Amino acid sequence: MTLTQQMLTIGMVVLGTMLTRFLPFLIFPAGKPAPPYIQYLGKVLPPAVFGLLVVYCLKGVSICTGSHGIPELISILLVAGLHLWKRQMLLSIAGGTICYMLLVQMVF
Amino acid sequence: MEEKKKWKSALKAAFPHTIPIFAGFWFLGMTYGIYMNVSGFRFWYPMLMSLTVFAGSAEFVAVNLLLGAFQPLEALAVTLMINARHLFYGLSMLDRYRGNGWKDFYLIFGMCDESFSINYSAEIPEGIDRGWFMFSVTLLNHFYWFFGAALGGIFGSWIRFRTEGLEFVMTALFVVIFIEQWSKEKNHFSSLAGLGIGLLCLPVFGAENFMIPAMLAVLAVLTFFRSPLKRQEPAQRSRDKKE
Repeated sequence: MTLTQQMLTIGMVVLGTMLTRFLPFLIFPAGKPAPPYIQYLGKVLPPAVFGLLVVYCLKGVSICTGSHGIPELISILLVAGLHLWKRQMLLSIAGGTICYMLLVQMVF
Repeated sequence: MEEKKKWKSALKAAFPHTIPIFAGFWFLGMTYGIYMNVSGFRFWYPMLMSLTVFAGSAEFVAVNLLLGAFQPLEALAVTLMINARHLFYGLSMLDRYRGNGWKDFYLIFGMCDESFSINYSAEIPEGIDRGWFMFSVTLLNHFYWFFGAALGGIFGSWIRFRTEGLEFVMTALFVVIFIEQWSKEKNHFSSLAGLGIGLLCLPVFGAENFMIPAMLAVLAVLTFFRSPLKRQEPAQRSRDKKE
């Protein structure tokens, strides 16, 4: 690929990303309330999205091979336990991550 | 001057919320920079792309696009597929990412998974300007990512750390945000739908292709149950009043 072709390819990746981010704002412009169905989606989508994002992070985990997802399961339970107990976001995240690093580096 | 003060206090309030992203992004950004470096690209490529694209998975895939034949339309289509989930973020932020003046443009430009999640779920302290707070979160995240990508691109394969497993910081962040959301809501239908549909679609469609079918299924389920959910809401409210 020439430099121009590379820049055009990067430009396409920028354009694609920006389309997915700006499209809802362009379709439903400011000053006019969005249709009730869209307002409803705006309210109910985020909880579903957070659930999907958790699964998205774990998409590389294989239950049947390697460590069978055990380090992930243990660390997620620790994150959840710590968070329900202390409600300190940084503590829950740091605790779970350190646990995961120790598990994958030293145990599995 | 007044604006500068607003920004300063907002930046201070925003920083603690971005600490997990700092840990995750310099690491993932660096991994990305190293990947570009060993794929034969000069250091300014990851720097340019982390500034202009700011969407992790799309940038990783772009490395392969750049190594292949010149197919700009394919590059566009692949990026649209990978980043389709941003459409959901936009629909959720239609109100919040408006009315902040010129900052709106940057907020939408920088709406990656992490910026969206923090800006949607963080409880902004009283007296802090909302627009400047969300702007600071986005800017800090953008900077961490750029900083990591630049380091990885410049130092490339020299870097050796015992960092295996550090990427879990992102999973932990989303688990915490999921729990926070869960404890705030009265009705867990949507949370469970997202989690359940994701877990169902992952083995059926495979790791690389499951997100779009999962998004469509979430949309279908939430649309199908719209009227029962809506009817439940006023009922719940009147029950609260009695209590």
